[in-house]
Amino acid sequence: MDFPSTQFVPSRMMGTYEPIHQIGMWGENFKSIGNPSISASVIVEVDNKLENESETASHEMPVPSCKHDQEASKPFDKIQRRLAQNREAARKSRLRKKAYVQQLESSRLKLIQLEKELEQAREQGLYIGRGLEAGHLGFSGVVNPGIAAFEMEYKHWMQVQNRQLGELRTALNAQISDIELRIVVENGMSHYFELFRMKSTVAKADVFYVMSGTWKTSAERFFSWIGGFRPSELLKVLVAQLDPLTDQQIFEVCNLKQSCQQAEDALSQGMEKLQETVSATLAAGQLGQGTYFPQVAMAMEKLEALVCFVNQADHLRQETLQQMSHILTTRQAARGLLALGEYIQRLQDLSTLWATHPREPA
Amino acid sequence: MDKVMRLTTERGVVLFSKSSCCLCYAVKILFQELGVTPTIHEIDQDPEGREMERALMRLGCKAPVPAVFIGGKLVGSTNEVMSLHLGGGLIPLLRPYQAFC
Repeated sequence: MDFPSTQFVPSRMMGTYEPIHQIGMWGENFKSIGNPSISASVIVEVDNKLENESETASHEMPVPSCKHDQEASKPFDKIQRRLAQNREAARKSRLRKKAYVQQLESSRLKLIQLEKELEQAREQGLYIGRGLEAGHLGFSGVVNPGIAAFEMEYKHWMQVQNRQLGELRTALNAQISDIELRIVVENGMSHYFELFRMKSTVAKADVFYVMSGTWKTSAERFFSWIGGFRPSELLKVLVAQLDPLTDQQIFEVCNLKQSCQQAEDALSQGMEKLQETVSATLAAGQLGQGTYFPQVAMAMEKLEALVCFVNQADHLRQETLQQMSHILTTRQAARGLLALGEYIQRLQDLSTLWATHPREPA
Repeated sequence: MDKVMRLTTERGVVLFSKSSCCLCYAVKILFQELGVTPTIHEIDQDPEGREMERALMRLGCKAPVPAVFIGGKLVGSTNEVMSLHLGGGLIPLLRPYQAFC
């Protein structure tokens, strides 16, 4: 649609026969305007031009003379018409504004209502899926209170973890005795054991929750093995930080790494077997018949074993930590715990950075 | 109980298992990796299976299966086997029975 601004040039500047033609075109423009936003800009332009006009015109109006009679009446008519159109346009604009504000008001009320419902649901110990926090509006439905409790506890656990890392840093830089350092190390170890206990509890409530690692950041999930880190992977990270180690220590760490790896392999193969079993159970009989409840019920029974696997994996993590603390000196153990904690912090930062990093459109 | 006691005193590595148990399968895999072929008793396929299960629980196993005996002595379930292995204590126990082809 074409809105040449030349149409709104004051008619005084144009020939005497132009004005009527001009107004006709304005009228057409107004009729053919379907888009309110475009008409708004037209109105603004008209307003501006008319304001200019009416200001200057008002000076002229009270001075009619015989000579300017013909010319004076024409601008007067046009001005009146313009003013009328202006009033009409302004009225329409006010109506649109009113409708918009009403829409905003009702949306605001709806939002307040939703927030209230959410608050009530939280107080009742129900939990809306983490997806909401991630910015997605997909409700994963109401989940059991065990998960809500775990989420709160884990948040607190992370706070304590970060505080303890700070303490480790300070302790290592200060000249504290080995005995005092040992206490800091023991605290750090106990803290991890606490996490395994928490995970065991929530695994009974919903093992899939632990397996999915929803409670962790995305980069941590990338490394997920049966609901957490692979102990052998963490060992690799640790050992690189612990130079120098004695020959005896190197020997023992090597053995630990190997046994860890063997245990992981065994559990991984057990998990594969579990997948095969569940799959075979679900697919038993004919697919496509419609009745399948017995198969689903049986598969559920098989799936119970998943809790055992998650517990075993955590047990492996705990044992690895324990064994390392036996092999290392107190000072080395402190450095190890700090290194581990900071490695995980870096993973968490990576997740945040990844989420906020602008990506190029596909 | 008698059957279980008899079976446990067998020389070598004895594993009580259930054919449907995937954790038992994991333990079998671990022994395989360590070059050991345990004598496996699938108690779910044994007519006296229920009795054996009760006997194993009475011997101190939290879960009846997997239950590992080495040289007649109870080692324990998956937890104990894993702990022992990571601590370096499993392989010495298995050494007499290891066979690497």
